[in-house]
Amino acid sequence: MALDTVAIAQSTPENSQPFAELGLKPDEYARIKEILGRRPTSSELAMYSVMWSEHCSYKSSKVHLKQFGEKAPQSDALLVGIGENAGVVDVGQGYAVTFKIESHNHPSFIEPYQGAATGVGGIVRDILTMGARPIAVMDPLRFGPADAQDTRRVLPGIIAGVGGYGNCLGLPNIGGEVTFDETYAGNPLVNALCVGVMKHSDIKLAKAAGAGNLVVLYGAKTGGDGIGGVSVLASETFGAGGSTKRPSVQVGDPFVEKVLIECSLEIFAEDLVVGIQDLGGAGLSCATSELASGGSGGMKVQLDKVPLRDPSLSPEEILMSESQERMCAIVEPSNIDRFLEICKKWDVTVTVIGEVTDGNHLEITWNGELIVDVPPRTVAHDGPVYNRPLAQPAYIDQVNSQKVNVPIPVTAAEVKAAVLKLAAAPNLADKSWVTSQYDKYVQGNTIQSQPDDSGMVRVDETTHLGVAISTDANANWSYLNPYQGAKLALAEAARNIATAGARPLAVTNCLNFGSPEDPGVMWQFAESVRGLADGCLEMGLPVTGGNVSFYNQTGSVAILPTPVIGVLGVIQDVRTRTPMSFTHAGLDLYLVGETHEDLAGSEWAFLHNQRVGQSPDADLQREMRLIELLLEGNSFFAAAHDLSQGGLSAGLTEMVLRHKVGVTISLDNPGICLLSETPGRVLVAIDPIDTRKLEELAAKNSIALTKLGTTGGDSLIINDVIISLSELSIAHTSTFPKLFG
Amino acid sequence: MRVGVITFPGTLDDRDAARAVVVGGAEAVSLWHGDADLKGVDAVVLPGGFSYGDYLRCGAISRFAPVMQLVIEAANKGMPVLGICNGFQVLCESHLLPGALTRNSDLHFLCRDQEIEIVNNKTPWTNSFKQGENIVIPLKNGEGSFQCDDQTLAMLEGEGRVIARYVGDNPNGSRNLIAGITNAKGNVVGLMPHPEHAINELTGPSAQGLGFFTSILNAMVK
Repeated sequence: MALDTVAIAQSTPENSQPFAELGLKPDEYARIKEILGRRPTSSELAMYSVMWSEHCSYKSSKVHLKQFGEKAPQSDALLVGIGENAGVVDVGQGYAVTFKIESHNHPSFIEPYQGAATGVGGIVRDILTMGARPIAVMDPLRFGPADAQDTRRVLPGIIAGVGGYGNCLGLPNIGGEVTFDETYAGNPLVNALCVGVMKHSDIKLAKAAGAGNLVVLYGAKTGGDGIGGVSVLASETFGAGGSTKRPSVQVGDPFVEKVLIECSLEIFAEDLVVGIQDLGGAGLSCATSELASGGSGGMKVQLDKVPLRDPSLSPEEILMSESQERMCAIVEPSNIDRFLEICKKWDVTVTVIGEVTDGNHLEITWNGELIVDVPPRTVAHDGPVYNRPLAQPAYIDQVNSQKVNVPIPVTAAEVKAAVLKLAAAPNLADKSWVTSQYDKYVQGNTIQSQPDDSGMVRVDETTHLGVAISTDANANWSYLNPYQGAKLALAEAARNIATAGARPLAVTNCLNFGSPEDPGVMWQFAESVRGLADGCLEMGLPVTGGNVSFYNQTGSVAILPTPVIGVLGVIQDVRTRTPMSFTHAGLDLYLVGETHEDLAGSEWAFLHNQRVGQSPDADLQREMRLIELLLEGNSFFAAAHDLSQGGLSAGLTEMVLRHKVGVTISLDNPGICLLSETPGRVLVAIDPIDTRKLEELAAKNSIALTKLGTTGGDSLIINDVIISLSELSIAHTSTFPKLFG
Repeated sequence: MRVGVITFPGTLDDRDAARAVVVGGAEAVSLWHGDADLKGVDAVVLPGGFSYGDYLRCGAISRFAPVMQLVIEAANKGMPVLGICNGFQVLCESHLLPGALTRNSDLHFLCRDQEIEIVNNKTPWTNSFKQGENIVIPLKNGEGSFQCDDQTLAMLEGEGRVIARYVGDNPNGSRNLIAGITNAKGNVVGLMPHPEHAINELTGPSAQGLGFFTSILNAMVK
């Protein structure tokens, strides 16, 4: 193909261009012509098409996401908010923490190992880009039915990919989720979270300020990876005739990224960059246009200087390439020699590809010929915005009006069978098969990891300051009521932080949904965002950033609405955390919080194929009182464990198996008590000497308190039901090895 | 007492190893793979990680790093050297230790708390332990299966050069449950599990890994 230059574009206005194949709608193409006053060159068309894709432009979600800003609670903790690569919060002692979740769903279905691996790689670079040292990762994952043939292809590959990349980067994996549902068959969800830490003064932003400063590309060479991956892979459902729109998934090399991290941190430590951006989705198109529009406004780039792994790539392909492990920095000319020197030390390929200019032109040349001349904001920020039609889907009234109809265990044999069934259910079973493939020890700061309620890492070895993170979603509740579902996920994540004694501070999210072109899905999305924004306002937790993944659907079947909510909290002294389980006998075990007959959306209902009823309402005032109770009780609690999916039954199972110490409890109505999933409940173990303190704490915060029994022995004993820990353990730990080898 | 901790590109546990050296009572000295100088250290730790991305074979490229030429020379003269995980692999590739570490028998990366038995407490890295003492420290690797020919195995066993064995089920298919070995002189030790991640109960499964780092201090003081 002959080179398409700006001059040629001006002289051949009528040339037809493949905008539709690149995912642009006719009106979007018309808008580009209007902006430029001519037809775009093929390189410009490539840039607009990737940057205006759903994945990059948030065109369907923007109108809803702005609620996170409009309803933002007052918070002194927020140092950098939505819009940058990741939000940054103040955790005290001069430290700032940045964290974010992103999805890499579609690539992980096509090529599970590389899809998941590059998902980790991408989010880690986002965190690095803020100037932070990445200190941990987490990965909420969702799959089709556990026993489905394709899950056996997808799950092991994704787990190996998350582990293979994260382990090689030296990042401890401190938690996540593994959940199964038939709607995720064909649409597995791979969400990856990374958290990083830095000093306040080290925060870096994506801006190219100062005319004459240099544009420096460093890291891996550019190849043909995932060309168009962003716009095409992430924007269309996998249907018939789609094969031509499925270019290769990006391939990652974690060794290159590890070296890139260390090299970048050394560069940051010497304060050698003015602005920085990682190359992820939309590659150079994204990095150059975002850097330019975040700074002085103009930039000149010599595209032929980009080091290539594949010399046959055309300029359009170079602009769209999503080759991994690349960064773009803005460097003052006086600092460039030192910058190059550090890259040399780490054997990192580095090239000056352009410079910052005044004005409003992003100009890209190829062997001296001008092939791109665009106002960078129009590429990066002024993409189309759709206020898509939304309508409450018909299923809502239908399922809400029905009542859950499941057998409730009554006899001792039935109760025992139910506890064992839940212990072995894939959604609740022991996840060691997964987590033993992840390094949780590296860096030597991991305080908590799976199966704890939250992940916790130490930030400062001297002061013992730490942060805790939990990610949660309950898609069953979101399906029944997306507004409440988002609030309930937020409450659960915050509670998981607080059970360990950390105070919730900030929120990130990864919103996974079906097609935005379906008004029903769009309604689920809008309701989820409204719920999360309202919930964050009520709980005083700012949203620091997030990610939207649409088009998670096969044909007309969308995934369950799955807003994954991540909450980050701070603990002043990690040594004082409350562990999730008890290590000795003679402690009293309490249920903190009320239990109602909440079976809709429960695991028990799921196991009986019942997806009906009404989700519980989130009572965030009560949740906040519970959090205060937990934080104050941290000083004397022997153990605390959140109750969520699988209710009291699952909570007891996890607690007694953790250190193989049993418990004897009595329940008035064991069937409902064990299976209900009423939110806002925590199991707490205390020394009997502290009974008074706990009672006072519960009274002060108006939280119900029920003494269940006492720890000790080698069985889980519920009234007249005796389940030996060995029997319970076999049920709990056999599921994954049986399914996945 | 100065203990060098080498960083290759892709090394991950260097800061952990340095921390353990310090908690053990010695001074930790950073050594860079490109260094042509051991900075006067008394002993060297090769930490875990994926040096050079495990390209070709684990440890196969690191073995040629400039700093390794000095380590090999010093080790042959009796300097204590401890290779942990990837460091063990580098020592095998450097022919300072016999055998090789191959892919775990179940082909998965495995991270778990592992009980091991110290079966040789005569080395400078294990003298803090009782002979036959069982400790729990993290095991985390994808290629930790110790393999060698029958003759080498007989030699290692016959000369008491196995220093630690896995207790319970074999986590990775290692011959004779071997978790660590030493050279003929006893100054070079390779160990698959990670003692540097078990220096306190807050961040590790135990504090029992510290014994490797107090041992080296004992050895030097003697």
